[in-house]
Amino acid sequence: MHELSLIASLFEILEEKARDERAKKIVLVKLKVGKLAGAVPEFLETAFNIYKDGTIAREAILEIEEVPLKIRCRKCQAIAERDDFVFVCPACGSTDLETLEGTELLLEKMDLEV
Amino acid sequence: MDKKEVLVREEILGSNRKIAAETRVRLEKEGILTVNFLSSPGAGKTSLLERIAEALKMNHRMAVIEGDIETDLDAERIRKKGVPAWQITTGGACHLEARMVARLIPEIPPETKFLFIENVGNLVCPASYDLGESLRCVLLSLPEGDDKPKKYPKAFATADCLIFTKADLLPVVPFDLKRAEKEALEINPKLRVFLTSALRGAGIAELVRFFIERRVNMIQRHA
Repeated sequence: MHELSLIASLFEILEEKARDERAKKIVLVKLKVGKLAGAVPEFLETAFNIYKDGTIAREAILEIEEVPLKIRCRKCQAIAERDDFVFVCPACGSTDLETLEGTELLLEKMDLEV
Repeated sequence: MDKKEVLVREEILGSNRKIAAETRVRLEKEGILTVNFLSSPGAGKTSLLERIAEALKMNHRMAVIEGDIETDLDAERIRKKGVPAWQITTGGACHLEARMVARLIPEIPPETKFLFIENVGNLVCPASYDLGESLRCVLLSLPEGDDKPKKYPKAFATADCLIFTKADLLPVVPFDLKRAEKEALEINPKLRVFLTSALRGAGIAELVRFFIERRVNMIQRHA
């Protein structure tokens, strides 16, 4: 359960960006959370709603886009989604793979009132 | 009132990652190989470190950073081996973060060759936090069960080596070593696998040789 720590880090970025934009408030925050990011979307939401009280994002809605784990095989170039975390190319069986997405934990965008 | 959409596309853990990257460069340039130990509570991280301390002591200086929610019992155990150790108590937090480690860098004695970080016992949260280590090891003790790699994929996916601990219990616990190794390697084919027993001393020499080799490679890389 490190989601509250993650949300604390998120708010450091949100508050800085909101200041830069001279925002009156943040109305929407969108995150991209990879399947292998090690964070549970439901807990992020709970933590966000606890944390936002008394901040510039107190009325903000949190939107989370979950990103599946996507890999590319360096041998046969096949691209595949692997939700079972088995890092084996489903096309040729190679284990020489590159992770394209699914490990990210991103603040994608925010909607402001300025 | 005007509405404005701002595309940020910034990593939430970006500041942790930045501090970790700085730590890594700084320690590696000083010739220190930093190893981050991850495992569930009671997997034997401290006992393994005690054996490593005995094996390294003759020729290589090491230091240890201990992470726990409360108490400095683990740092005390390490100090008894004649090794400098610092305890970070997180006061409830389930993982260490890069800045906690970075703060301790000035205290590391000169001539230190290995810095071991014992993370808070937890197979979930510590996996998300780069501490600036050169090497990440996940420990899996036999009594925990052979299904752990599949259950906690991130810890195994982000590690460089897998250290089975409490190998002396193999005859008495239902642990399928082949299954655990196979499933861990499916998640992360690059894992180096070690089988150790802190109680009997098995596998410790091989593990220590691996750390020494990795340090030599690291120094060559920075030369």
